[in-house]
Amino acid sequence: MSDEKPFVDIRHAQKSYGALEVLKDISLKVNRGEIVAIIGPSGSGKSTLLRAINDLDPLTGGEVWLEDTQVNKTLPHRQYEKHINQVRQDIGMVFQHFNLFPHLTVRGNITLAPRMLKGLSEEEANRLAEEQLDKVGMLERIDYYPSQLSGGQKQRVAIARALAMKPKVMLFDEATSALDPELVEEVNLVMKKLAEEHMTMIIVTHEMGFAESVCDRVLFMDQGVVVEEGPPSVIFRNPESERTKNFLRKHLASNKE
Amino acid sequence: MDVELMLKVYPFFIKAAWVTIELSILTTILGLICGSLGAAARLSRLKVLRYVGAAYVSFIRGTPALIQLFILYFGGPQIGIQLDAFEAGVIGLGVNIGAYMTETIRGAIIAIDKGQVEAARTLGMSRLQTFRKVVLPQAMRLMIRPLGVNINALIKGTALVAAISVVELTYTAQRYIGSTYKPFEMFLISGLLYMIIIYVTGRAVAWLDRRARIV
Repeated sequence: MSDEKPFVDIRHAQKSYGALEVLKDISLKVNRGEIVAIIGPSGSGKSTLLRAINDLDPLTGGEVWLEDTQVNKTLPHRQYEKHINQVRQDIGMVFQHFNLFPHLTVRGNITLAPRMLKGLSEEEANRLAEEQLDKVGMLERIDYYPSQLSGGQKQRVAIARALAMKPKVMLFDEATSALDPELVEEVNLVMKKLAEEHMTMIIVTHEMGFAESVCDRVLFMDQGVVVEEGPPSVIFRNPESERTKNFLRKHLASNKE
Repeated sequence: MDVELMLKVYPFFIKAAWVTIELSILTTILGLICGSLGAAARLSRLKVLRYVGAAYVSFIRGTPALIQLFILYFGGPQIGIQLDAFEAGVIGLGVNIGAYMTETIRGAIIAIDKGQVEAARTLGMSRLQTFRKVVLPQAMRLMIRPLGVNINALIKGTALVAAISVVELTYTAQRYIGSTYKPFEMFLISGLLYMIIIYVTGRAVAWLDRRARIV
């Protein structure tokens, strides 16, 4: 596994807003089919790192590679746009606040990009939508509008929308943080299902239990650096760093309240 | 109040009301064109265009519409722009209301949540595709009511073109006052007709707004 060429390769990622350094020289290699969780306190840079992978938050230094393609290439504006739009088709992303398109039905949300970008016919796109919705258990809501769905349902549709582009890797940016506690499980189940299908996933999360049960590797970030990384059993049960221990202790305490 | 006189002359006012309606429609169309271009300029990636858009809005909103009309109609011939009164009225008022519509349209566009753009871009959609399929359809719904407010102001603003002698509702009232010496009755007829036009327009806007609302 270790000599396999990394699927997602972040090399010396740096990001600063003026004098404020959000990411300080972070490198991360993710193999095909691997599931990596990024945990850490808010402001640690974990979301920024995730959003750098599809260049939504461009890095100020360092490189991001997906297989043999550099994502954050320096190109003239037009060429860069063409390049990034192509690359992004391979990188699915799920947001904390779902970001479903409120003016389109569930079907419309899912078929919009595949029809426009992959030239699918209406019939093909519909079949694709049905297939993806079935996977997330939302097929019966295909003609609903987002406003008619619960948070958990919205997030499952958002996942289906990302999957419909047949991405090579999925990024989850606190996908369950905005959900009521009783709705978290249905989204976690969908993510577990993806894990079983060996989807490559990078997950920014506050759900330690979920990270422990699903992920192959956990990164603990604080103040723009990776403090500690390793298998979940080590990070959660037996962390080396004081900062990790502190964070986990605080997190457990606040979860029990 | 001389109701008999009012009943006698009102058909002439109806004719004038059609001129006001025609002016309003043409002005609205030109205003929407100017407003769309203005908003596009103000939201452009290019600094030059953003400045041009901002200059347009601040010049128009910083000077009286009447002065703008006078510059165009009386000052125009001096720099080679020959327009008849009606043309000058439509262009002057249209460019004027376009500045206000620029801000309305821009406001509706920037009100759309950034997450919408991020979601679309993440799927691989281009800036233009994102704008056309995700941002604009949502912004259109937001701008219906405020554009209705702009149109309401514009309809009342058409009274200004009486000053460059376009024979519309206000000018017609002034003309009949010259022969009847009854300003109260004459202006009252004009006022009532304006009210009807505005009422109908308002209902149309409300209907559009209801229809466009997202479930």
